[in-house]
Order: sequence, then structure tokens, then C-alpha cells
Amino acid sequence: MSRPAHWTLLAAGLLLLLAPQIIGWIDKPFYLDLITRIVILSIAAVSLNLILGYGGMISFGHAAFIGIGAYAVGIPAYYEEYSGLLQLGIALGGAGLFALVTGIICLRTRGIHFIMITLAFAQMAYFTFVSLDQYGGDDGLVIDVRSEFPGLIDLESGVQLYYLSLAALALALFLVHRLVHSRFGRVIEGARSNRERMHSLGYDTYRYQLVCYVIAGMLCGLSGWLLGNFTSFISPEMMDWTRSGELLFMVVLGGTGLLFGPVLGVSAFIIGEEVLSGITVYWQFIFGVILILVVLFARGGLGRLLLRSGDGHG
Amino acid sequence: MNSTLVISQLLNGLQLGVLLFLLAAGLTLVLGIMNFVNLAHGSFYMVGAYLCATFTLWLDSFLLGLLLAIPAMLLVGVVTELLVVRHLYRRDHLDQVLASFGLILVFDSTVHMVWGPAGLTFVLPAVLNGQVTVFPGVEFPVYRLLIIAVGLLVALGLYLLVARTRVGMLIRAGAANPVMVGALGVDIKTLFTLVFALGAVLAGIAGMLIAPITEASIGMGKDILIITLVVIIIGGIGSIRGSFIAAMVVGLIDTLGRSYLDDLLKLVLSNQAAETSAPAISSMLIYILMAVILYFRPEGLFPPRSR
Repeated sequence: MSRPAHWTLLAAGLLLLLAPQIIGWIDKPFYLDLITRIVILSIAAVSLNLILGYGGMISFGHAAFIGIGAYAVGIPAYYEEYSGLLQLGIALGGAGLFALVTGIICLRTRGIHFIMITLAFAQMAYFTFVSLDQYGGDDGLVIDVRSEFPGLIDLESGVQLYYLSLAALALALFLVHRLVHSRFGRVIEGARSNRERMHSLGYDTYRYQLVCYVIAGMLCGLSGWLLGNFTSFISPEMMDWTRSGELLFMVVLGGTGLLFGPVLGVSAFIIGEEVLSGITVYWQFIFGVILILVVLFARGGLGRLLLRSGDGHG
Repeated sequence: MNSTLVISQLLNGLQLGVLLFLLAAGLTLVLGIMNFVNLAHGSFYMVGAYLCATFTLWLDSFLLGLLLAIPAMLLVGVVTELLVVRHLYRRDHLDQVLASFGLILVFDSTVHMVWGPAGLTFVLPAVLNGQVTVFPGVEFPVYRLLIIAVGLLVALGLYLLVARTRVGMLIRAGAANPVMVGALGVDIKTLFTLVFALGAVLAGIAGMLIAPITEASIGMGKDILIITLVVIIIGGIGSIRGSFIAAMVVGLIDTLGRSYLDDLLKLVLSNQAAETSAPAISSMLIYILMAVILYFRPEGLFPPRSR
């Protein structure tokens, strides 16, 4: 990475760190909501980027993990169990288990079949939660009390929830960075570009990919756990297949296989949605056209555009 | 369980299967021949329903509405192919998924702009609105029978087109080796445009047929698209025969599962457990079926031989 890119990152990091103060000065509390949403969804996008960008596994069912994480807040809260550690444990464990079970089957397939089977499993999760009438079914569930960490942090405060999310994002980025630069990451990238060669080198790529898939699922579950706390309302709609499509769009928009690409993509998507929906009710039309144009003409995403303008080579 | 109900549920399943086949035929051809994943295929279903409803209300005749909506769908298909889809045939699946996801947004908001957020429906002509006795003691709506008949006719027509005509020969050749077909002097680009538009028309017809039953609404293509994808994956991508069989199986399993799964589960579970789990399992049945089939046959039931 070039020098200007380092400075941009540092500036962006500082801006995120000071955001609640700045928002306090200009007295626009709504912006805190917006930026919290960006940070939380970035974690999901970073996890999708791990399997998609580095591992070449195009998951079209990633929103299922968000939903599992969110319901890990909602269902215990329904029974008045607000322990944050317990809920977080359920979120990570549930998402991890779902990733393990579905991954065992999904990773047997390649290409278009992998896209479709991840979609199918996400649909199964979607319909499972739709049919849970006890927890609101289609209509969803309101979370009255956010996860509790007595004496540590108070999530009822928007600023504290924001900082927790930011810390989680930093952790996710650090984890992905370490993973892809380890031997494990080399095997994952090798399996994407030439599986047969990795096999003949003696690597059991299936196992590596499965572990990678489970890690990504758990990271995304963490994002869902934060999102459930943030929105205080959960419904199966969170894992609708169009949500998975949007997540894919965000990752590709930012640039697949770039560490900070997903954060960039999520920011552009959410800010774009906010600005456009303020201008016209038909903002989705503009969004759709942009999406098509990005695919047709701006290959490599925003991240690579920035890198190119920064140092002159990709 | 009484037998008259079983027969009408079987017919309902058949009707869903026929609709799914109309959608799946185009999708599987486009994916099998041009190697293009078209998530916007459900949008053609929606646009077909809106166009047919509009023309029918305008001309006060369902038949004229259908006859006008079909060429209009052809136009929609051709324009979509020329503007966007054609440039994506050589791209990877991720690009195609994203671009066609963009197309869904464009189609949905265009429909929103033209027809507004509310749905659109029309009343069937009196002839089609009644019930008819299909078996002694079994009454079934005439119109639903008509849908089954039309669907089966289209399936037959498609079979004849692909298996017995020159164009069909080119389509099959194109599926096996598009580069070679192009090298032999066939205008492969026009052939691709035609196949894509044919798929759009078939999906549109499915929408036109369902419009008087459910009404045309934004997002109606969203859910059926996923079921259609399940159908073509089960049937084997590129195989029309496979998608016909898979559409019937999925249609029947989905319909019968929703009606009888709770009774079946009661044989092994307690009454209460059966009644709470049946709705969840029945909406998941087709996805479970797909996962099981892909586990054992990653290429689907009838993968085309020549690839």
C-alpha cells in the first residue's frame, strides 16, 4: 500500500474515533445512528470479503448470519435474559454452528451451484424464523432492553454502543489482516486460483475453506448481534435474500479482496441511500442504474479506484 | 384426508408446477446457453402481469390483453438484452448476479413510477370464472385448469421448437459449443438475443396467467425467482426436460407439503409439536430437497450431456 493510502486510512480512523464528539458539536444526533449502522454493517461486509474476496466463495446467503446474531439478542430478551455475554455467546455459537453445518454441504459444490445452495440455506433460516410465531413470526420482535454488561459498558447509550461496534470492526479488520497474511490465508487464496494445484501440493483445501467459512459466519454473527442491539427491533426481513444481495453489492462496490474495501463500500452504499432517498422516492432506480454501471465499467470497486489515483499503479 | 380434497390439491400442485416451468424454461436456457445468471428473471414475471392487467382493463378483454402483452414482453426482453445483458456473457457469475440485482431495482422502481405502489388486478370473464367437475364429486376452478392446459401446451411447443426446428438445432448447438456455432457462420449474437427474449416472454406469460388470481404487485417476482432457481438447479442447468420434471416435483411437494405435512408429522410427533413445526418444515421442504439433491448430485438430476 502506498503512502497517500496510509494517510487516508489514518485520517478516516481518526474521524471515526472522534465522530461522536463532532456529531455532539454540530448537534445532529441522527448522524450517530447513520455512522453506527455503517460500522456494524462493515463488520458483516468484512466477513463476507474474507470468504468472497480472498477465498473466492460467493455466498449469497450471508444475511442469514446477521439474522442469527440478531435473534440471539431478541429471543433471550423475550425471556427477560439480558446477559450480554450469554447473548454474544449464543450469537457466535449459533452463527458458527450454522456455518459449519451448511458449509459442510455447500463447499462440496462449485461456482453457480455454491451461490445457489448458500441462498437455499439462507432461505431455510428465513422461513424458520418466519414460522416462529412465538417470537413474532413475520412481524418480528421488539427488544426492550439491550444486552447488559454490568459495570463494563452501558449499551443503552448510543455513544457507548458506537464505540463497542467500532472496536469490534477494528478487531474484525485485524483478524482478517492476520488471517490473509498467514500460511492459512495463502492456502485459502491458493484454493481460489487453483484448487487442483493446491491438492497436488498436499493441502486438503476443503478443510481450510470450511474453517474460513465458519470464521466468516461467526464474524457476521457478531455484526448481527450488534445490529439487533442497535435497531432494538428484529424481524426475518433482516435475512431476506435481497439483504444478502445488498451485502454482496457493498463488498464489490468497495473492492473485493481489499482489506478496507468493504468499509468503503458500506459507507458509499449507506450514505448514497440516505442522500438519494432524501431527494426522490424512486432512489432505488438510481441505485440500480449505478449498480449496473459499476459492474459494466468500474471493475475493481471504489477501493482500487482510490488506490490508482493515489499512487498511479493498481 | 378425503380423496376429493387430495385430487384438487394435486391439481393445485400441478398448476404451480406449470407456472414454475414457464419461468424455469427461460432461466435454464439463458444460464445453460449463455452462461448468464439472471436474477432479474422474476421481474419479467412481474412486468408481464402488469402489462396484461393494463391492456385487459384498457381494452376490456382478457384475450386481447394477453395478445398485446406477449409482443410487449418480447420487446422488453430484447431491449434488456441489448442494453445490459449482452455485455455480461463473458463476465464471471458475481458480476452477473450484481448487474441483474441492479436490474431488479430498476424494474421494481419503474413499475412503482408507472403504476404506483398499489397492486393491479382485473376480473376474469364470466366463462372462466366458474367451477367445473373434473371427477365425480370433485369441483375445480375452470381458470386454474386453463392455466395447466396453457402451460402444458407451451411446454409441448417449446419441446417441438427445440427438438424439431432449425432454430432449436442452433440453440442446442449453441449450448454445446457457442464458439464453434459462431465459427460456422451462424449469427450467434442474434440467436442469444432471441433466446433471452423468448425466456422473458415465457416468464411474462406466467405472470399474465397468475395476474387475475393474485393481482400484479411489486416484488411478486422476488419470491418466485428463488423457487425457480431451485427448480433449475434440481433439474440440472440447461436442461429443459430436467426443469420440466423438477418444476412438477417442486410444485407438487410444495402444495402437498403445505396441506398434509401436519397430518404426516402427527404419525411420529405429538399433536402439538406437529402443528407448530409443520408450517416451518413445509416452507423449507423444497430447499431441503435441493440441498439433498446437490449433496448427492452436485450437477442436478439431468445435467446436459454435451458439456
